[in-house]
Amino acid sequence: MSAHGSAHHKSPQRIGVVAESAPGETRVAATPSTVRGLLALGYEVVVESDAGSASGFTDAAYVEAGATIGDAWAADTVLKVNAPSAGEIARLSDGATVVGLLAPAQRPELLEALAARPLTALALDAVPRISRAQSMDVLSSMANIAGYRAVIEAAHVFGRFFTGQVTAAGKVPPAKVLVAGAGVAGLAAIGAASSLGAIVRATDPRPEVADQVRSLGGEYLAVDIAQEASADGYAKATTADYDRAAAELYHEQAGDVDIVVTTALIPGRPAPRLLTAEDVAVMKPGSVIVDMAAGQGGNVEGTVPGRAVVTDNGVTIIGYTDLAARLPAQASQLFGTNLVNLLKLLTPGRDGRLVLDFDDVVQRAVTVVRAGEVTWPPPPVAVSAAPAAPPATAPPVVAPKPSRLSPAARFGLIGAGLAAMFAVVGFAPAQLAENFTVFALAVVIGHYVIGKVHHALHTPLMSVTNAISGIVVIGALLQIGHESVVVTVLSCAAILLTSVNIFGGFAVTRRMLSMFSTSPKGAEPR
Amino acid sequence: MTSITASHAADLVAALLFILSLAGLSQHRTSRAGVGYGIAGMALALVATVVLAAQSITAGAVALIVVAMALGGAIGLWRARRVEMTQMPELIAVLHSFVGLAAVLVGWNSYLEVESHGSAQTRIGTDLLGIHHAEVFIGIFIGAVTFTGSIVAFLKLSGRIASRPLTLPGKNALNLGALGAFAVLTVWFTVSPDLALMTAVTVLALALGWHLVASIGGGDMPVVVSMLNSYSGWAAAAAGFLLDNNLLIVTGALVGSSGAYLSYIMCKAMNRSFLSVIAGGFGIEAPSSGDEEQGEHREVRAGEVAELLARARSVVITPGYGMAVAQAQHPVAELTRRLRGRGVEVRFGVHPVAGRLPGHMNVLLAEAKVPYDIVLEMDEINDDFAGTSVVLVIGANDTVNPAATEDPASPIAGMPVLRVWEAEHVVVFKRSMASGYAGVQNPLFFRENSSMLFGDAKQSVEEILQALGGGGGASDPAAHQTAAAG
Repeated sequence: MSAHGSAHHKSPQRIGVVAESAPGETRVAATPSTVRGLLALGYEVVVESDAGSASGFTDAAYVEAGATIGDAWAADTVLKVNAPSAGEIARLSDGATVVGLLAPAQRPELLEALAARPLTALALDAVPRISRAQSMDVLSSMANIAGYRAVIEAAHVFGRFFTGQVTAAGKVPPAKVLVAGAGVAGLAAIGAASSLGAIVRATDPRPEVADQVRSLGGEYLAVDIAQEASADGYAKATTADYDRAAAELYHEQAGDVDIVVTTALIPGRPAPRLLTAEDVAVMKPGSVIVDMAAGQGGNVEGTVPGRAVVTDNGVTIIGYTDLAARLPAQASQLFGTNLVNLLKLLTPGRDGRLVLDFDDVVQRAVTVVRAGEVTWPPPPVAVSAAPAAPPATAPPVVAPKPSRLSPAARFGLIGAGLAAMFAVVGFAPAQLAENFTVFALAVVIGHYVIGKVHHALHTPLMSVTNAISGIVVIGALLQIGHESVVVTVLSCAAILLTSVNIFGGFAVTRRMLSMFSTSPKGAEPR
Repeated sequence: MTSITASHAADLVAALLFILSLAGLSQHRTSRAGVGYGIAGMALALVATVVLAAQSITAGAVALIVVAMALGGAIGLWRARRVEMTQMPELIAVLHSFVGLAAVLVGWNSYLEVESHGSAQTRIGTDLLGIHHAEVFIGIFIGAVTFTGSIVAFLKLSGRIASRPLTLPGKNALNLGALGAFAVLTVWFTVSPDLALMTAVTVLALALGWHLVASIGGGDMPVVVSMLNSYSGWAAAAAGFLLDNNLLIVTGALVGSSGAYLSYIMCKAMNRSFLSVIAGGFGIEAPSSGDEEQGEHREVRAGEVAELLARARSVVITPGYGMAVAQAQHPVAELTRRLRGRGVEVRFGVHPVAGRLPGHMNVLLAEAKVPYDIVLEMDEINDDFAGTSVVLVIGANDTVNPAATEDPASPIAGMPVLRVWEAEHVVVFKRSMASGYAGVQNPLFFRENSSMLFGDAKQSVEEILQALGGGGGASDPAAHQTAAAG
């Protein structure tokens, strides 16, 4: 590989980390520590001046990490948090790659604008939810921060302790928190609220998350209507029956709890309405609602995106859409680490050269524009929790072996081999020639038929081929009873031995295969 | 349609079913159907052959067939049901030896039917007689090598003989000499077949099979077992040539070439030459100078490991043969469930040659109900170690040895390994500081971020479980906050 690398050696590509222009955005796409990760992949890193100041990272800190301060927009690859504006797209150089949260499903016009130039665009929010891509899943890492922050915002507004206390001045009851939706954000909120000492309840249409809710100290409130299991890792739209039963549950809970955190989002659709104005009206004065779906229309009637409002009955509804950005240093660090992980995947040679492989589902999915051509939407991918998931990578040797032979020598060898085969069959007696033909073809089939064997199936495959090689029993079957007693006795022994082989081999393979299982659907930890 | 053509037709269908079976076994989704195809193909082949054979032999002989098959089948099913998953390698090795022995018996029978009658025989046309002589010899040779090779593999795997490679002086010359002798004997036999030559070639092949596998160390057994699997296929194919039976040829060739390909995958994973493996005696892990100390190792207790795990964000477990020996897969699976329940990301990194059989670890983890989608291959997980909080190395040694990548003088240099040392913490579960099968010292143990947890792996994991406590309600909030689920 080193020989290959040096033959094609060029100067490393530059990565630009630019300042965010969106109002209120405090995050930055790389921190000094993730810059080191980028440098380790062989890239040069240019940071726009003051790019990290809103997150508390000074230019000096970037320089110390090995970056230079300069015109980041001219780099080969530009890392951003939010989608670039029209003016920013114009600043990108031809052939550049831009990486950020592009919301390809919601903003087709952005993709058009990007594709109008010879650019490549990677949407971080299009990373598929498969185990292997978990380390690049920005939505999960941001949701995790936002869920925590939602509880902190609620605690800030809420006029009481979260934890119950018995003090000399009297008894304080614990706060009751309802978390609607136990996705990443919901679970983070459950964990934060329960560690502050509150009584936490959670709802989710997917019954399989009940254990995860409990593991974080929450109580799972089930809606007793059957829902089909999630196939792609995201929650699905619910049925009408379910919605009715859930509405009753929310109404009943609204009167009881002090704090509600709603996190319900369905990809590509407006957020579902969970709490109506009537539900909010029955809440106690001083209660707090944090509507984490405010940016997508809100789960709660009366939410104002980006603001906190107080209703007539004294309930505060918080509709902040920048919850993750309210922990800028942490959010930037996780965002930047996700980006480093993505670039690791895109830099197979660790040589500072970005390579897109469209055969890889992750790379295919995130690439929404390639060299001026819109490539969204990607072909569908099932999460690895689904049984039909393809193996993430092929076994180590599908590629032709790195041969030291020159092409001429290789063709020569192939030719000689084929000629030898020709000679064998050509000069052999008819019967042998026929046998040999069958043999040679079967050898080739045997090689190709298991060419893509999954690594976990090596043992079952071996025990099945072992059982099948018990076919040698046929030889003994054809010999028994024809000649002397000796032949019959030997045949009998051979039949006995191979029968052990055949029956034992198949039985043990079945036993092994029955053990293989996946995670319960949708319960894959992220 | 005569009974002969019907039997030929059945042979073709059976061969196709076997191809479907192997293809099915390549993917989880289709693996069960694959076994079904295999069973159907075998049933068809057996019924067709028995019906055909029954036409020309006595009822007594048919009864013998039925009794032998019933007895063998019963033994096979009984063993298959009783075998511990950790003993799979031994079982498969023994089964290979049966195929080898059966091939030898078939070859001898063929000799008794044809060659022992001298020129009085009428079965084989005189023009084909020379070829038949050679086929008898080749069949017996491959079968016998498979037989003793598998027996030695079985004895090594089950610990009945020492797993150290046998190093006779000039072992390569011995192997080559045996092959040369075989060629000479074959030519001699084609000219003048007789019983003494038959005996000589059988003994020669038995000795060669024994020597081939005996000179390979226990650590390389995954490749050896896979190689023997391939040999058993070639033995069946040779029997097919001998009996002019296409089904035997096709099936034997399928098994032989798929086994060889599997061995090739293994060899790649160990960075070893495929040719030197199929030639046997590739014991490049000759006794090394690995005994010198390389520094101080740190010891930890189960309680401390439990604390480390409770604070971890992500954990990777790299199991090896030691986990199988200690039967630790069940407590390890329980630990996985417990940690996942707390929101810790747990994954397994399986080296392609971990264990004593290709895919051995996968089978053990599956037995303990570890979901297979968190069990990753070396290439899938190797880049993730740098972002991992804790790696638990349970009974693995050579597959996590940094010397393979860093020390060009190491006997295992160049072998791809799991780069566990890039993680924040590495905990190595080990019985003592003794070196692994390959006899190579492991610098991993002396790294600053490594700690050793000595003792039986199963007991150690159980102690960690105890220290972790119940469902994990009242422990570290840090572990909770980072939790997330989809």
